[in-house]
Order: sequence, then structure tokens, then C-alpha cells
Amino acid sequence: MATPSIAVARPAPSRFPRPGGARAFVERLRSGDEIAHLITLIFASTILFLTAWLVYELWVHSALPRQTFGLGFLTASTWDPVFEHFGALPFIYGTVVTSALGLLIAVPIGVGAAIFLAELAPHGISEALTFSIELLAAVPSVIIGLLGIFVLVPILRKVVEPFLKATLGFLPFFQGPAFGIGFLAAGLILAIMVVPFIISISRGILLAVPTEQREAALALGATKWESTWKVVVPYARTGIMGSVFLALARALGETMAVTMVIGNDPKISASLFAPGYTIAAAIANEFTEATGDLHLQALIELGLVLFFLTILINAFGRILILVTTRKGTSRE
Amino acid sequence: MSPRLVWRKSVSVMMLSLTGVCALAGVSVLLFILGYLLWYGGKYINWDFVTQLPKPVGETGGGMANAIVGSAKLLLLAALTGVPVGFFGGVYLSEFGGKTFAFLVRYTTDLLNGVPSIVMGIFAYTVVVLPMRHFSTLAGGLALGVMMIPIAVRSTEEFLRAIPTALREGALALGASKWKTIVKVVIPAAAGGIVTGIMLDLARVAGETAPLIFTSFNNRFWSSGWNQPIASLPVMIYTYALGPYDDWHRQAWAAGLILLLLVLAANIVARTVLARRSTAREM
Repeated sequence: MATPSIAVARPAPSRFPRPGGARAFVERLRSGDEIAHLITLIFASTILFLTAWLVYELWVHSALPRQTFGLGFLTASTWDPVFEHFGALPFIYGTVVTSALGLLIAVPIGVGAAIFLAELAPHGISEALTFSIELLAAVPSVIIGLLGIFVLVPILRKVVEPFLKATLGFLPFFQGPAFGIGFLAAGLILAIMVVPFIISISRGILLAVPTEQREAALALGATKWESTWKVVVPYARTGIMGSVFLALARALGETMAVTMVIGNDPKISASLFAPGYTIAAAIANEFTEATGDLHLQALIELGLVLFFLTILINAFGRILILVTTRKGTSRE
Repeated sequence: MSPRLVWRKSVSVMMLSLTGVCALAGVSVLLFILGYLLWYGGKYINWDFVTQLPKPVGETGGGMANAIVGSAKLLLLAALTGVPVGFFGGVYLSEFGGKTFAFLVRYTTDLLNGVPSIVMGIFAYTVVVLPMRHFSTLAGGLALGVMMIPIAVRSTEEFLRAIPTALREGALALGASKWKTIVKVVIPAAAGGIVTGIMLDLARVAGETAPLIFTSFNNRFWSSGWNQPIASLPVMIYTYALGPYDDWHRQAWAAGLILLLLVLAANIVARTVLARRSTAREM
């Protein structure tokens, strides 16, 4: 998404008076209003229809594995196209681990940057920095992946992972051979990709906190940081959470950059250095090479799982943002 | 000052400077990406790269002319499918929409926006590729087109809403019917913004790879028709970056630079226009 816009759904009062009665209806029909209404209504309904169609197609084309494996599809951990055993657990695990890692890195940096842009930076600088951060959101994911394999992975393999192993090697997360590619690389790449979202949405929400809140805290003798951290941020908390959920949904569905650095190995390992696989990466890699109907449909069922996961998280995040922007009214 | 106050003040200064570091980190990632691609990809861009077909596997040289044209064709198809739905849908939400149905459409649009691009690819695959039994430009265009809809709807709606009601009332008072008011007054007033929004939308799908790898697939030659597989810049970058040849890697960098410059240029132009319009409105 190039523009991380906050969707604030407002009730839409009709902007035109609409006289009732049969004669008025005929009049409107003659003047073309009803026709224009109908045409735009058809296009608007197309959106609902398309979404329903999307769900239908995913559902119908994943019938085979649903009958064969049932819910066991989600909990089985072997993925073997040759013997037609399909279990999605390694992919779900990889998706969750990489997204969690990405958020763990991105949230502190994103919220910190949003605080700087909303509370500290002078207007001009804030606008310029926000502009470049939104450009970062527009960089195609395949390009981030390109830099991932040729720049990030060698650095991880030669510098970061040996260092982590030497210092924190007693933890199970930092053991095993340093491949470079793997969960850690994917997590870092995802952090880079979701940080612009968190920054730009959180900044908007912080800007919507009424100035009185800050003034009251400062008047009570709070330092600038205390007023920000103990008053402004808690006020905006729900909305910031919303931005984190939107970022999570994006991280879960991110495909190309992750596919290029995760190593594509359907294994569950505690070590972040180990190669893994995500749902989206599995679909991207195996779809064109699927060996049979069951394999192809298992991949489509993976898509269905991903679809519901992201839809749920998105819906939740949007509701959170909706609630805060309604509450914070300084902009209106 | 009491030691406690000194402590509180130094914590304040420290934490606030940390937030500044965070912001700088975000911006420097962008500068790094841009700088690295300019430095690395810039070396390999030459005339051949934009005018020639890929050389047979293993030979050096050649270019990606087919992928550049392919991307353009896919974007054209995407615009043809996505923009009408997005535009008229936006007009409906802003000008005709009631309460419940409009809310439903709006919320569905936002959810559609959050659907991962790879899932859109599966959709286009089941709808176009499966019945036709081969990969095609049409399937890729459809996948990108559906992806364009949400942003096209929401930006069209936002810009139409920003037009003052007084303008509508003026036209109605002069005796114009509602649809004439919309077509002749409201839409022209918002046209600049709507076009810019669609440009941003196009720039966004131009870099999409995931929905293309199993819809429009790839092609080392010129595509022979709309129902044939076609090369595109993002898919080429993906294939070449993961390929085993150094020459492919170099070409991937060059293609990455071209794609990045196109996307960023579209974004910068569009966002500057939008920023100007919004400041003009405030004054």
C-alpha cells in the first residue's frame, strides 16, 4: 500500500434533498438521476460481489485438502508433495515468528519516530521526514528483497549472527550454524517494510490528541518527555495499537521480500538463524510447480488461511483506529 | 535544582533524542536503498538494457525491453479493470450513498485493501488461468486491477467529499439535475485530486510481484498476445536475483533501479501535487 491512509468511516448524509412521491420519482427518472444512481450503485456493489467471489473461489478450490485432512491440515507438521502429506504448521509457525520478530523491532522504532515527528520536530522538518518515510512505504517489496539477499544476508552471516552467537549463544534462539538466510533475515526485512506504516498512522493519531492534554501535564510540572509518555501516548494508545495491528496484517501477507530471504525450508526450529518458510512464500514458490490437484489445492487452502488471518487482524485494527479518531477530536 | 529534577530533565532529553534517532533510522533506510541501487544498478543500465530482449541463458548482455513493455501492458489492463470500478464506486459513496449500504461498501473496501497480494494472485489464477488452461497477460492484469480498486474508491471518495456543498447547491439552484451537477461541477472540481490518487494507485501495483508469478508468469521473448504469458519488471527482478548467474544479478540491479525510479517519481509528483492542493485549500 503506497499511502498508509487511515480509513475513517463516517456516516454519509446525503448531500442532496430527496423529495418523495411517485411523481417526483418519475421526474428524477426523466432527469437521469435515478439512472446515474443505479450505475454507480452497480459499481459499488461490484466491490461487495468481488470480495464474496474471492472467498467463494478460495473455498471451492480448496475442497480436496479440506475433505482429506480436515482441521488436521492446520496442525500437521509434514509438508511432503511426493507422498501427498500436507500440513500447514511449519508455514503458520514461520509466518507468526517472522511477523512477531518484525513487529518486535518495528514497533519501538516506529512509535519513537512517530513521537518525534508529532511532538518534537518543527512543522517543516516533520513534513519532510514524513514525506520520505511514506516514500519508503512505496518501495516495491521485490526491491527490498533484492537488497535483502545481496546486502543484508551477507552481513547477517558474517557479522551479526556470529556476534549474537558469541554473546547470547546460550539462548535457544541464537544457536546453530549462521546461514544468513532464515527467520532473523525475514524478521528484519519485515521490520523495514512495516515501520513506515506504524510511523505514519501513529503520527496522525498523536497529532489528533488535544493540545490541552499536553498543556495540562506541562502546567503540573511534568517534563516534556513525561507529558508525552504519560499523557499523550496513553491517550492515543488504542489508535497506536490499531496501527500495530494493520502493520501485523501486512507483515503476515508480505510475500516477495520474505520469500527471497527466508530459506524456504518447511521446518520448525527454535533458532532464528535457521531457514524456515511462510504461508505466502510457500504459495509463491510452489504454485507453478504443484505436482497434482491435492498439492495445488493445499496451496490454495494456505491462501484461504492467510486470507482469514489478515482479514480478522485488519478488521480489528481498523476498529481500534476508528474508536480513537472518534475520541480524539482536536482535528474536527 | 534538586537532584530529582535534574534526573527527570536528563531522562526527558535522553528519551526525546532517542525518538529523533528512530526517525533518522527510518529515513536513512530509504536513503540507503536509493543510494545503493543508484550506485549498483546505475553501472549496468545502458542502451541495450532498455531496447534488447534477454539473451539465451548463460550468455552475457541483452536487456529487458520485453519486461518494460510487459509491465506497461499489465498496468494498462489493471487500469482498465480497476479504475472504472474504483471511480464509480467512489462517486457512489460520496454522492449517492445512504448509511448502512455505504458503510458496508466502505468497510469491505478497506478489508479488500488488506488482502495479501498473493491471495489476489490465487483469485486471478482460479478465475482466468484455470479455465483458459494457460498463464496469460489477462490474468495478471485482472489481479493487479482488483488490487487497484480499494485505493481508487477511497481516494475518489475523499476528493469528492472535499468539494464544498455550496458548489453543489449553486448548481442545483440554477436548475441543474443532480447527475448534471455531479458530472459538470463536482467531478471537474475534484478531477486533479482523483487523477493523482489513481496515479499513486498505479505506482503501487507497478511494483507488485506476488500476484504475477502464477498469472502472467514470465516470458523471455515478446509476448505474442493478450492470452499469452508476458514478462514484467518485478517478476524479472525476482527471477534474475535468485538465478545462478552474475550477469543476471547485474541485470536485476539495473531493473530494480528502473522500477524504483519510476515508482518514486510517480509518488513524488503525486504527493507534491496533493500537498499543494491541500495548502491552497487551507488558505
